[in-house]
Amino acid sequence: MSDQTNNSDALSIARAVRSDETSSVAIVDQHLAAIDASEAEIHAFNLVLADEARAAAAVIDQRVAAGEDVGPLAGVPIALKDNMCTKGVPTTCSSKMLEGWKPPYNATVVEKLAAAGAILIGKTNMDEFAMGSSTENSAFGVTKNPLDTTKVPGGSSGGSAAAVAAGFAPLALGSDTGGSIRQPAALCGVVGMKPTYGAVSRYGLIAFASSLDQIGPFSNTVADSAALFEVIGGHDPRDSTSIPEPAASVSAGLATGVAGLRVGIITELMGTGDLDGFEPEVLAQTRAAAEALAAAGATVAEVSVPSVIYGLSAYYQIAPAEASSNLARYDGVRYGVRQEGSGNTASMMMATRTAGFGDEVKRRIMLGTYALSAGYYDAFYGKAQRVRTLMINDLAKAYADFDVLLTPTSPCVAFDIGATSDPLTMYLNDVCTIPSNLAGHPSISVPYGTGQGGLPVGVQVLAPLQGEAIMFQVAAELERSANAIKTTSKNGAEA
Amino acid sequence: MNETNELVEQPVSSPTLDAWTVDTEVAREETDLSSDWEMVIGLEVHAELATKTKMFSPGRNQFGSDPNTNIHPVCLGLPGTLPVVNGKAVELSIRLGLALNCTVQRCIFSRKNYFYPDMPKDYQISQYDRPLNISGWLELANGHRIGIERAHMEEDTGKSTHVGDSGRIHDAGYSLVDYNRAGVPLIEIVSHPDVRGPEEAKAYVAELQAILIAIGASDGKFEEGSMRVDANISVRPAGSNELRTRCEVKNVNSLRSLGRAIMYEAKRHVDLYESGDKPLQETRHWDEEGGRTRPGRSKEQAEDYRYFDDPDLVPVDPSPEWIEEIRAALPTLPRERRMGLIASGATVEAATIAVERELDGLAAAAIDAGGDVGRVMTHVEHNLAVDGAADLDAGNFADLVKMETGGELTATQAKQVLAEMITGGKTPADIAKERGFEAMDSSDLEATLDGIIEANPDEWERFCSDDPKAKGKMQGFFTGQVMKATKGQADGKAVAQLLAKKSS
Repeated sequence: MSDQTNNSDALSIARAVRSDETSSVAIVDQHLAAIDASEAEIHAFNLVLADEARAAAAVIDQRVAAGEDVGPLAGVPIALKDNMCTKGVPTTCSSKMLEGWKPPYNATVVEKLAAAGAILIGKTNMDEFAMGSSTENSAFGVTKNPLDTTKVPGGSSGGSAAAVAAGFAPLALGSDTGGSIRQPAALCGVVGMKPTYGAVSRYGLIAFASSLDQIGPFSNTVADSAALFEVIGGHDPRDSTSIPEPAASVSAGLATGVAGLRVGIITELMGTGDLDGFEPEVLAQTRAAAEALAAAGATVAEVSVPSVIYGLSAYYQIAPAEASSNLARYDGVRYGVRQEGSGNTASMMMATRTAGFGDEVKRRIMLGTYALSAGYYDAFYGKAQRVRTLMINDLAKAYADFDVLLTPTSPCVAFDIGATSDPLTMYLNDVCTIPSNLAGHPSISVPYGTGQGGLPVGVQVLAPLQGEAIMFQVAAELERSANAIKTTSKNGAEA
Repeated sequence: MNETNELVEQPVSSPTLDAWTVDTEVAREETDLSSDWEMVIGLEVHAELATKTKMFSPGRNQFGSDPNTNIHPVCLGLPGTLPVVNGKAVELSIRLGLALNCTVQRCIFSRKNYFYPDMPKDYQISQYDRPLNISGWLELANGHRIGIERAHMEEDTGKSTHVGDSGRIHDAGYSLVDYNRAGVPLIEIVSHPDVRGPEEAKAYVAELQAILIAIGASDGKFEEGSMRVDANISVRPAGSNELRTRCEVKNVNSLRSLGRAIMYEAKRHVDLYESGDKPLQETRHWDEEGGRTRPGRSKEQAEDYRYFDDPDLVPVDPSPEWIEEIRAALPTLPRERRMGLIASGATVEAATIAVERELDGLAAAAIDAGGDVGRVMTHVEHNLAVDGAADLDAGNFADLVKMETGGELTATQAKQVLAEMITGGKTPADIAKERGFEAMDSSDLEATLDGIIEANPDEWERFCSDDPKAKGKMQGFFTGQVMKATKGQADGKAVAQLLAKKSS
């Protein structure tokens, strides 16, 4: 569904709209038709904004007709994960807790998208409050993987990944706290990228774990993700953790190639040693990707980053701890659902939170509350923060010898809906993606061949802080290699 | 902070009088324990900072607006919003830190987690193990220095009004929440347990208030809740160095209440120890009507606030240049202003009053211009507690005092002239002339007095008797008669001297 044919990628659409070769309204209608055809089965969206999208597209077309500069994403439909605030438009985090809540303000990324001419086509389904790796934790039902509807799309940004994979929108935004953009991108066969912490404003992103959350792009092509990252990035005075620099320019280097670059494969994330559960096909594709980079002129070697094996443990202290505090405000007093309880404030709050939150959210709030408790803080939260520091130091050592690092994005391809009932097994999905969140580094998942059941495999490129340009440069090379293999095998089949 | 309202409703209406001026009744109340015991008191003062907007939000910081009108998505803690530190609040907090002789350091904001409906995020952004200001001191008028442990920044909560029979949250019919105050910048000043009694506690809080106002950090209005005090109280055998179990007394809404609460609580501790028992470490609430403290939550059952660094904020690291810039711009502090007057010969009490009334500048200028210190300070203390006094021309004021000490005006005349100087702005010489004031010649005065003695022989006899009570009473009678006859122009002192001379 995501063939690189005409008008399936955002930059081609924007070019066509800007030059008046096509109308934004026609583009929007085309995508709404795709949604009409299969959204009932996929359930990528919590809300489709058909009328609003058509109206916004009409405005873009008028502005093109008037000769105005309508922006780099002119007329391009985009799907937004339902944890980014849209003024007057319900924003639910796929939780009963926020059902019906309409924010009185727009997230910074929403303002930037509008300024770039993009058209918001819908709010996508997700694991409740972004907690999960399969989008099965949504209060509003699961999202199915468009490539195989018996499989999960990954998560927590599964709706955004599925929307792009299903052709509902050429672009989507997700949020990534421990892999929630990159893992669903891998499982749905699309590109997904997590920027450097602070590169994209979090203002208006409903927090899961504040020190880890970042908004990032989904797309069919590396160039589209680069363009979208350039649009949403840059300093925002409303976010104190925002890097005080303008958006990084990353598109220029996409065609440069990788000659002379040093690529390190992280040994500990290649199914050796303490971490298992890696599917052999996934490891094979990752090695094939490394070989392709070597063939294109990069120096490739394995590198040990010993502390990455503690990433999961550290993450499952830090993220729930922050979440336990971030989610305290859902108490039934000011917005969202309220259950009256037995007539006093405490019982109202308890009844509201008991009814409003799903199991996984409750589980993590309890984990996090415990991790921060007096007497346990040092043993849990404090220790996890020290592991985080250790991991940053280990990665810094690796980056002394390598420009980028390479790993699988997920240990496995898309798995069956309902198959993973044990939360700990589910958490293992994030083992390769978590280190970038803990370190605040950028990384990107690029589709690279297929694994079990012909399902897509994603390969992850990691770069140091603010290393997006070189990361995209390598990702573009991987994309060229993957497309070449696809074309070859297609031609071979025809022959 | 603000756990108070979990058990006791915050007062909805403000006390009508200025509850924070020391009233005379207090002075008659007991202010000390038996000599076997001494009090150990630490004070936590919260002051709202005088900023235009809130601590982390563009919401307006203003008292007295209609409920829920000074709000913004950020201070309401709406999903997705993020805090941004108000630079002005940091500047005012540094000002206070410097005024309290603190070390100003790189600091971190932490989250204090607990559920309460008037706290929009169900956590309060405060400072925990890395506060902005540490290790300072404040010197009281009596020269005693109270150590300052820390003065840190945090955000205020909203206000709940519990509607129902008791006015308490637990059995209220319903509650109304006003978020105007939510997110208002606060500075919390924590003293060491260096305070030794209710009078010293009141003096400390009054001095802190004077400093906050002088440096423009806060309006210091207790009656609007912009200053609030909690007291940590314990007692120990006099002369010992031990620190015994303390109780934190909250809900203290005036300086007078502070003194009473401390006295009550300290005596309660002494009674417990003397009966072989001991106090529990707990939070207690001052019951103004009952004149007693009541137990709140004990510390053993206290909530675990699960402090951790707020990941939405970055450390505040004031540059040495900025700190020095703020230090250089600090106004003269109340203590130094007092010291200046005292060095000119004023008493500690008079200097304290002059500074409190913002009349120290006028007094110092009048003294510089040659006015007698005693007379200047007497006028400041007794005759200038009126609007407009601070605008008095210091030169004219000095001239008035000179006329008085030079015998051109009596004390009574001087007081009248001074009052007219404040309202009219004329020179004392002009006013005295208009009113026909001129000090009486001593021979005229003696003649007047002789006439009165002659007309009142019985009274004169009683004045000349050995009965001191009768003598005192008659002294008043004769002085009054002379004043009446001279229409107040006689000098009281001269009359007394004449009476003494004639009766000896």
